[in-house]
Amino acid sequence: MAGPGTEGRKSVTRATPLLLALGLARFATLSLTLTLSLSQAAPAAQAWAQEQHPDQTQKTLEAQHQALTQEPNQAQPQYPAWSQGVTSSQAGKVADNRDGSTSAESGGANTIPCPPPRGTGDLGIIVERATGSLLLIETTGNSVLARIEGLGDLSHASAVFSRDGRHAYVFGRDGALTKVDLLAARVVNRVIQSGNAIGGAISQNGRLIAVANYEPGGVRVFDAATLEQVADIPALYAPDKPASKAVGLVDAPGQRFVFSLWDGGEIWVADLANPAQPQVSRFKDIGKQPYDDLITPDGRYYLAGLFGEDGLALLDLWHPELGVKRVLPGYGRGEQPLPVYKMPHLEGWAVAGRRVFVPAIGRHEVLVIDMDTWTEVGRIPVAGQPVFVMARPDGRQIWVNFALPDNDRVQVIDAECLAIVQELRPGKAVLHMEFEPRGEEVWLSIRDEDRVEVYDTQTFARVASLPASKPSGIFLTDRAHRTGF
Amino acid sequence: MSRMLNGLLGWIAGTVVVFALFSAASLAALTALAAVSPTALDPTPMNAASSAVAPDRAVILRHLLIQDCGSCHGLTLGGGLGPPLQSQSLSDKPVPYLAAIILHGRPGTAMPPWSAFLTAPEGEWLARELKGENP
Repeated sequence: MAGPGTEGRKSVTRATPLLLALGLARFATLSLTLTLSLSQAAPAAQAWAQEQHPDQTQKTLEAQHQALTQEPNQAQPQYPAWSQGVTSSQAGKVADNRDGSTSAESGGANTIPCPPPRGTGDLGIIVERATGSLLLIETTGNSVLARIEGLGDLSHASAVFSRDGRHAYVFGRDGALTKVDLLAARVVNRVIQSGNAIGGAISQNGRLIAVANYEPGGVRVFDAATLEQVADIPALYAPDKPASKAVGLVDAPGQRFVFSLWDGGEIWVADLANPAQPQVSRFKDIGKQPYDDLITPDGRYYLAGLFGEDGLALLDLWHPELGVKRVLPGYGRGEQPLPVYKMPHLEGWAVAGRRVFVPAIGRHEVLVIDMDTWTEVGRIPVAGQPVFVMARPDGRQIWVNFALPDNDRVQVIDAECLAIVQELRPGKAVLHMEFEPRGEEVWLSIRDEDRVEVYDTQTFARVASLPASKPSGIFLTDRAHRTGF
Repeated sequence: MSRMLNGLLGWIAGTVVVFALFSAASLAALTALAAVSPTALDPTPMNAASSAVAPDRAVILRHLLIQDCGSCHGLTLGGGLGPPLQSQSLSDKPVPYLAAIILHGRPGTAMPPWSAFLTAPEGEWLARELKGENP
């Protein structure tokens, strides 16, 4: 991870003035003002930094100016790499936790002078999956603040946020759980908790982080403050079978985590009110190959999408005694399914008003489910196999992206009349979409063109385009306050 | 050579079992098998020239392998929802077997057929790429 020793420490002090400069610049709008704001902020930053480190300031500002004024759409944009400045004492230890040992977050001597106060409500991260890095972004001016490096294999990485919006917990494919301080733009703790992970969740009270693993199959739970392991829940569903891959892990009210067993065809509800003794309720025979799940924003219904058969499995968490029931059985009407070149996702974003919008599997359709009766009320033909089907926070629009070969498009459905009202072609391989907290803008990651773009959701105009290296997931801090995110 | 043949015979036997288990998909899958069998059952060594791809196409195929196969098998091909595809995990799998899976998928699993995007020689090229056998 970070380079320890004096070299790393020097980088911290060099990088700090930029945070100040960017802090002052953050309310300015994007491209026009990046240079402008730097020139405005620079004197203050320079004066302050001269005082701290007289010999390094000029070099730093020149370097940053160069970085910020580069042409966009480069394959490898140069953002400041803060993690280079993280020393071992500041970063905490990297521990291999596969054998059950844990690592404690180290306090360390804080040699970094405090930047001016700022909130985190407009911050977020973008996963650069091939390079194991994150971009720290802000949505007030739609800009990139920093690049955070050293996060390992981030294919299929996702993140949750602490309730104060300061820390991101990033779940990497390689089993790493990484805690990132957004205000300092650096990794503060990291454990390798399994051999192969798929996602995670944060408990209602914000104290526990759960990670769903493929290898070894199951869920492990960690202390959010220290990343020490507090519980291990192997997904052993049959005596003669290896533990199942765990998928669709979400938080539910009452310090519960709910997840599904891809191989086992079960839903498990783990109650961690007492983390030392998790109470697990198993729901068997829920359907073949649950691939992902969502929990409704009120935390009541857990819905598992099935890959191996047509239908979804529904658990009412207010009435678990009623068991799991099948929703939309046989929606494929017995027709041969089309090939699925990328596994779809389900998220709480699928809920708009009293309707749930989910991808059909092997059909180029979005299915519309009424949440009062849990029956199908419509299906919308779309351009390809849907991957993400996401409702704008006000529930008026549904945005859909697609698997190969239609992954250059995004379609927008009007949630009231259930018709496509817009089609965008942002570029090759649109992997993810994230709405700003009130939904007036949406961020799209366009992997094969090495950029992220921001669109106005009312006019569909592109309002920003920022270089990023093979971007995938985009996660904004307002997720911290939503169940199921 | 005989080891390769044994592997192929094992594959055929395994395939029959898979088909029996997933009878709904078997008709389409058997059609697929019929389509690949001349290549898959031919015990003569692969003709390297027949599965060579142009350098610019190789770049696209490697990108597909890392980014799109990587969605399920991991960007490092160390495994995910799909099994690991690193060369050491594939040492006992013959190229025609892997190429057939790449091109025609595995019924009953999440592995789709990629023949809509790939020619048969490109499927074989990818199989050899996985095994580290491409020049």
